[in-house]
Amino acid sequence: MSLRTPLGRVRGLGSAKDGTHHWWMQRVTAVALILLTVWFVASLVALVGADYAVVRDWIGNPVVAVLLSLFIGTSLYHFKLGLQVVIEDYIHHEGLKIAAQLAVTFFSVVVAAVSIFAVLKIAFQATGQA
Amino acid sequence: MAKPARPLSPHLQVYSWGLHMVLSILHRATGVALGAGALLVAAWVIALASGPECYAQFQACAGSWLGRFVLFGFTWALMLHLCNGIRHLVWDAGYGFDLDATRRSNQLVFWGAILLTVVTWVLGYSLLGRA
Repeated sequence: MSLRTPLGRVRGLGSAKDGTHHWWMQRVTAVALILLTVWFVASLVALVGADYAVVRDWIGNPVVAVLLSLFIGTSLYHFKLGLQVVIEDYIHHEGLKIAAQLAVTFFSVVVAAVSIFAVLKIAFQATGQA
Repeated sequence: MAKPARPLSPHLQVYSWGLHMVLSILHRATGVALGAGALLVAAWVIALASGPECYAQFQACAGSWLGRFVLFGFTWALMLHLCNGIRHLVWDAGYGFDLDATRRSNQLVFWGAILLTVVTWVLGYSLLGRA
């Protein structure tokens, strides 16, 4: 039996021992994604009709390469956090739930890693040619 | 131990659908769909990193009528999740909970997402005409 008050128990770390970390990171990534999404969509609109060389030059700009990498990484982190809750809500079989959580985590990390690698490859090739 | 036959809470289907319910489930649905959208962004940068032939193939796919349809849907999903996500942040800050404010934000999110999607594509096509 615990002598701690209910308030004392919820302060700091909650029952899952990570408090509001998940909720907070979803909001932090959401705020970042408002700015990054507006930048990404506006950039794509400006690139409509651009050919291969123009788009590669665009990613060759260091600011663009960093922002694009941040957009991809933050999006997939936000996606992972969101899908985690969807799985917790709808999948009640313990084994399936763990398998789905692993699949979402692996998907998010692999897609982010591969995409960011492609962006950096283009960016570093552009620097080498300059 | 036998479970006592307690009354169950009413299921979703007993309520008449309102815009707030549609937007709530669409926020989840678009969130899941945007994961597939991340695959499109991945395909785009990978094609770009792989060389001009590969990028030409990507452009042919993206520019086909099916490709444009998918990209249009991707744009709308992104805009809806963006608009409704901003509303969630406002709610998190403690504002906009009364019935009138919620009705207004329902309309704002629903039509705002459509407007932003159309504006994005009209701007894109007007730039295509100029190029």
